[in-house]
Amino acid sequence: MQKKDIGLATLVITVGAIVAVINPRFLSPINLANTANLIGLFGLFSIAEAFVIVTAGIELSIGSVIALIGVIFIDLIASFGVPWPIALAIAMALSLAIGLLHGWLITRLKLQPFVVTLCGLLIYRGIARFYTRDGTAGFTFGSDFPMLEYLIAGRTAGVPHSVVAFLLVAVAAWFLLHRTVLGRHLFAVGKNPEAASFAGIDTTRVVIQAYMLCTFLTGISAVFFAMYTRSVQPSSHGNFYELYGIAAAVLGGFSLRGGEGSIIGVVLGVILLQVLQNLVNLLGIPSSLNFAVMGSVILAGVIADTQFSRYRDARRQATAMAALEDGSKPQV
Amino acid sequence: MTAHRQKDISLDLLGITKVYPGAIALNNVSLSIRGGEVVGLVGENGAGKSTLMKVLSGAITPDGGRIVIDGEEVTSLTSARVHERGIALVHQELNPFPNLDVTANVLLGREIRRGMFGFLDQAAMERKVAPILARLDTRFGPNDAVSALSLADHQLLEIARALSIDPRLLILDEPTSSLTLSETKRLLDVIRQLSADGVAVLFITHRLAEIEEVASRVVALRDGRNAGTLGCGEITKDAMIRLMIGRDVGQFYEKAEHDPGWPVLELKGLRTKAFPQHPLDLCLRAGEILCLTGLVGAGRTELARALFGIDRIEGGALEIKGQRLADHSVPAAIAAGLCLVPEDRKTEGLFLDFSITENIAMPSHAALSRLGFVDMGAETALAEASRRKLNIKTAGLGRAAAEMSGGNQQKVVLAKWLAMKPRIIILDEPTRGIDVGAKAEVYRLMQALAADGVALLMISSDMEEVIGISDRVAVMCRGRLAGTLVRDQLTEEAILQLAVE
Repeated sequence: MQKKDIGLATLVITVGAIVAVINPRFLSPINLANTANLIGLFGLFSIAEAFVIVTAGIELSIGSVIALIGVIFIDLIASFGVPWPIALAIAMALSLAIGLLHGWLITRLKLQPFVVTLCGLLIYRGIARFYTRDGTAGFTFGSDFPMLEYLIAGRTAGVPHSVVAFLLVAVAAWFLLHRTVLGRHLFAVGKNPEAASFAGIDTTRVVIQAYMLCTFLTGISAVFFAMYTRSVQPSSHGNFYELYGIAAAVLGGFSLRGGEGSIIGVVLGVILLQVLQNLVNLLGIPSSLNFAVMGSVILAGVIADTQFSRYRDARRQATAMAALEDGSKPQV
Repeated sequence: MTAHRQKDISLDLLGITKVYPGAIALNNVSLSIRGGEVVGLVGENGAGKSTLMKVLSGAITPDGGRIVIDGEEVTSLTSARVHERGIALVHQELNPFPNLDVTANVLLGREIRRGMFGFLDQAAMERKVAPILARLDTRFGPNDAVSALSLADHQLLEIARALSIDPRLLILDEPTSSLTLSETKRLLDVIRQLSADGVAVLFITHRLAEIEEVASRVVALRDGRNAGTLGCGEITKDAMIRLMIGRDVGQFYEKAEHDPGWPVLELKGLRTKAFPQHPLDLCLRAGEILCLTGLVGAGRTELARALFGIDRIEGGALEIKGQRLADHSVPAAIAAGLCLVPEDRKTEGLFLDFSITENIAMPSHAALSRLGFVDMGAETALAEASRRKLNIKTAGLGRAAAEMSGGNQQKVVLAKWLAMKPRIIILDEPTRGIDVGAKAEVYRLMQALAADGVALLMISSDMEEVIGISDRVAVMCRGRLAGTLVRDQLTEEAILQLAVE
């Protein structure tokens, strides 16, 4: 665990403890299970966002992809009677195709990630609304898919399956980002694309893989959200979720300039955001202040982080200066 | 130059020290200059000349030492204060605004205004710029578009810009690097006139002959320290070189004879993106150190980038061991045993924030992984072996590459490629900005590699180095290969003849 992660974990525990002291209901099994469920749902796409941010990119269409994939997944099952495993496969394939398209536009046509995914945000939302004629895609009354519902929206020993999925994805993502060659290359391309291509890394392929990974995880998240709400209202479903994802990643130490961050950080970032949300509810803070609270915490976190790195640079400089005054060349 | 100019300048830098994490750029350096003097500042690449310039221009604040201007101590210089004091700088890197015309470029930030709305007074500005251009005898006029000018014209434009403030101290950093002989002569005349008018000139160049011609005093830097001073009668090329490198040239470069083997890299009518009009033919043999030299902008780095697959090639063929490279890309080049130690190690060669281990292992990941997972033990072992082999000095291999000195950073870049066991290594200015000790180590390593049958293509502008280490020298000039010289034909004059048309 990096120092940054320890700091963030401390913050999460502190905030949790304060809320628990003020309102013990925070620790009630129902509240914990609900909060955990939300952490799981939001965590899936936050990890997705992290994979793109680490390459110095951005994915703004997450909320719209969640709406579009959600609508299509439910409609395939409810209206067309497609068996759910096939509907799931179609949803995943579509998600991957979206990522491939984004990656291709960014690397081959050299468009800016912000522009590409902003257009994606508008386009997918529009398609989702048109597809349902601005209505709601939902399961008809009385329809029943026990297996699917158990897998996606069920619980085992009181633990929501969204949490299980989130933990599995987080562990896999940790290995992928911190222990595999692809992970190394993601950091390298994000930090210094020039040096990466000079080192023989196929930067185009790495970037495309990052976007496909991102939309794939977003697709999984879309299925969980669709089964959680059981009906998808495409004009509002998933609105602003990309911003949650970006916020969690930034809180977790990912730099928008790329090449920095850890999966543990983004997991803690998601937890902190949901605990804050919970805090607003439990402490009776007007829910209109919800975003303001979240924004202030993120801002404070980012300021603390930059101040810390300035302090670190100053210390390096001082060490070098001290070594010089000792009369020897610094052997650092 | 004009009547209203204040008294002559008196500038003293005393004990200036500037430290970067892991590297000392300036260590207790002193430099004085008075009005009417022409001081030549010499030193090898990385000796601290540019850092000293940056201190003088207010771009960086020194960590120690005093700056005294006109008897008054100045704590820190800012670009505004430098300008106020009548100090003008001509930078080595040219940054003209191609979207503006010559007049606008020369007077940028000091535009002449007119009337209550402060509109630009184009006529007055041109009246001011025209005589300066005439003085430098430029081919371009005040109204010409800068986008149409050549590199040499850009250099003259920068000089015109510096002269336009009526400086008391003019600092010229490599002002002649892309000028023709007649333009250079003209500039040296201007320097003499200025000094007769009481202007102080600080002249930084690698072209020692120019310093011999105009300087009244020479200050030499070596490894960030004062290396000595030469007075009026003592300024000779040999004396300057002795101060710059601190020993005799012969001892520094141990030249081993090796027999060149088979051709391993052949360019057949290769055309680069930068100079598509010039097809290039060149052959590099196993065990040979071939140096590619020429003036700045001659197309050497562009050729290296094309060979390594960074830039597209426009035509012709590249053959490695008789095999034409099918897919022209960096991974293909690496697979064929070719690698490149790039010119700018900070942006192209290294990931400064990443650990030394990660930097060394970066291209070897395919070999150091199982099922896509990085074998961290093998990675550490590789880094440790490289540290011993190349004598990389560091407190720990987990430290960020940014914390090392330039010489050790270069060794890390070399280590990452040596781990790939390349057969052809292109080195673009491999010793720029590294200290003398590390330089000698790099040369020894190059010799050892050549003895092992590795073919080395070194790009260098450092004449001593070119002559000292190469088996053969290819000289480039404006994108074409002007000629090739073998070892016993190597003299600075012969190389320059080819380099300047």
